[in-house]
Amino acid sequence: MSFLVLEGVQKQFPGAPHAAVEDFNLAAEKGEFVSFLGPSGCGKTTTLRMIAGFERPTAGTITIDGNDITNKPANRRNVGMVFQSYALFPNMSVADNIGFGLRVRKRPKDQIRKRTGELLELINLGDKGERYPYQLSGGQQQRVALARALAIEPEVLLLDEPLSALDAKIRVALRKEIRAIQRQLGITTVYVTHDQEEAMSLSDRVVVMSEGRVEQIGPPPEIYNFPATPFVASFVGTLNLLPATVVEAATARVSIGDQEIRGAAPVEASVGSHVTVAVRPEAVELGVGGGPNRLHGIIEDVSFLGSIVRTRLKLTDDASLSWDQFNDPALAAAAIGESATVSFPVEASLVLEGAASAEKVIEQAIAEA
Amino acid sequence: MTVGGPAIGARSEQTIEAIQGENKVAPARKVSGGKVISWVVFILAMLYFFIPLVATFEFSLRAKPFGAAYANTFKDPQFFGSLFYSFVIGVITIVTSTALIVPTAYWVRLRLPRLRPVVEFVTLMPFVIPAVVLAFGLIRSFATGPVPLAASQRGSDVLLVAAYTILSLPYMYRAADTGLRTIDVKSLTEAGQSLGAGTFRILWSIILPNLRVAILSGAFLTLAIVIGEFTLANYLARPAFGPYLNHLGGNKSYEPAAVALISFGLTWAAMGVIALIGRSARGRSRTVEVGGAH
Repeated sequence: MSFLVLEGVQKQFPGAPHAAVEDFNLAAEKGEFVSFLGPSGCGKTTTLRMIAGFERPTAGTITIDGNDITNKPANRRNVGMVFQSYALFPNMSVADNIGFGLRVRKRPKDQIRKRTGELLELINLGDKGERYPYQLSGGQQQRVALARALAIEPEVLLLDEPLSALDAKIRVALRKEIRAIQRQLGITTVYVTHDQEEAMSLSDRVVVMSEGRVEQIGPPPEIYNFPATPFVASFVGTLNLLPATVVEAATARVSIGDQEIRGAAPVEASVGSHVTVAVRPEAVELGVGGGPNRLHGIIEDVSFLGSIVRTRLKLTDDASLSWDQFNDPALAAAAIGESATVSFPVEASLVLEGAASAEKVIEQAIAEA
Repeated sequence: MTVGGPAIGARSEQTIEAIQGENKVAPARKVSGGKVISWVVFILAMLYFFIPLVATFEFSLRAKPFGAAYANTFKDPQFFGSLFYSFVIGVITIVTSTALIVPTAYWVRLRLPRLRPVVEFVTLMPFVIPAVVLAFGLIRSFATGPVPLAASQRGSDVLLVAAYTILSLPYMYRAADTGLRTIDVKSLTEAGQSLGAGTFRILWSIILPNLRVAILSGAFLTLAIVIGEFTLANYLARPAFGPYLNHLGGNKSYEPAAVALISFGLTWAAMGVIALIGRSARGRSRTVEVGGAH
């Protein structure tokens, strides 16, 4: 039996034209690390807040370890929460912040001191217990917030974009710490983020959300390699979306301009209908050695991104294909205006139905960027 | 053409020193017109503020023998009695007002932000309704009937505290609201809730300590108003400092000036206490900033 279960959860705010969260279903196992990933306004934080008890679902149930907590007040749920803004109590020292939940539970002073000390060691701030929040850096404050949430030994730990206010280096270091601590304590964790790298690197499973709906739930490799919807395909990782026309549905033959390629699986759309072919940049290779799908075009841009070089090939007036290659100083960079041929495997060519939806996905992805 | 480097270098250093020397002197002598106007305004404001004080002080010293006005004031048991009474009533008012205003301002900010203009308007009513109307309203309502508070001394004290609480609303509400603006009320409340705290615990342990400085400034303003208030205390026939000062003014020449200066000094002392407490509390109560890590 799953530990944290959300069944048919819905949230409709009064006066809002659409539901913030629609028919959300999730069953997380004990000790599992689940991330909610999606753009701003997709309903991920609202869902998290419903688990925390700060919002009440309009419909559906939430259970933890078999107990229905849907209508339980937040302060009686035993759910730890880490906020984006840290929300440390400014009038209390670090140790008092961590011990607050235990004082509320009327634990003996010795026990509070011991637990606070253990947690301070866990977050590597053993010598900073007497400091006040404003005397700590952002990263240290967020560690304290994590320790404070863990002090009460919560059944579920919730983290609402906890690293988004930190700089890139600290973010990477801290997310490793969070994952290590979560594994050490074996606590069921729900993590909200709009950063796909964060979600992919931390999670056992990722829930991709858009416009209040769950688009796909799965382990990070599945989400990345086998996106279930055009939205997931475009939102997770970088993706080439090429407008195409179906030539033969059964063999998934499609044409991009006057060039034909094959898709990974048979297409349900009829011959002549418009579809979108999705190809990851890393699947594409310059030359003909990358696979049976080959496309010819004119190089229109070369971007140096440090360890990789991204090149864009113009196929038709409305179709361009980008691909990545490792930066190798020994290789001459492709020149803009040159003609080139690229190739990629049939399995890497995902045919998504509906040109209109693909355009919408692209627009959304651009808006998010 | 070749130029001798060292010679140029030596001359350059001298030149630079000379230029620096000139630069050091030149700006110090320059006084802008704006600065002069600022000083004139400042001096005028100081004169406006201090001349009445100095005149009052000078007048209070005319009593013979020297300092008799102050000696008589301190000898008068009614002076300390009325001051103590007003102080106690003031403290009770502050406690009542804080207990009423802080949860209200907190709840309005957290759950009913749309009601904020309405609450602000209500708290401004004491500026619109004259104190004499409030006094007669209270006396008429509570002289007889089921709760005849105005009929007894203790009852009148309760009425006085209630009336002063109303008078303190504009100051206390604004102070609390300003304090609440400096903290992330929603996140702090939710953090408290997630740790198991109820509303009272959150208010007492998290919100109130972070409003300490703001509440103190409102509290001392309230105290200053209560200590000098005359109308309500007079109509409710309470032995407060305001009616005492008024009575003194009608019967003595120099003592009222001395008493006015003493009460002024006490008010300043109260402001000093605010500044001191504020300075010590500022560090601890600083809002946690969200920002980059070091």
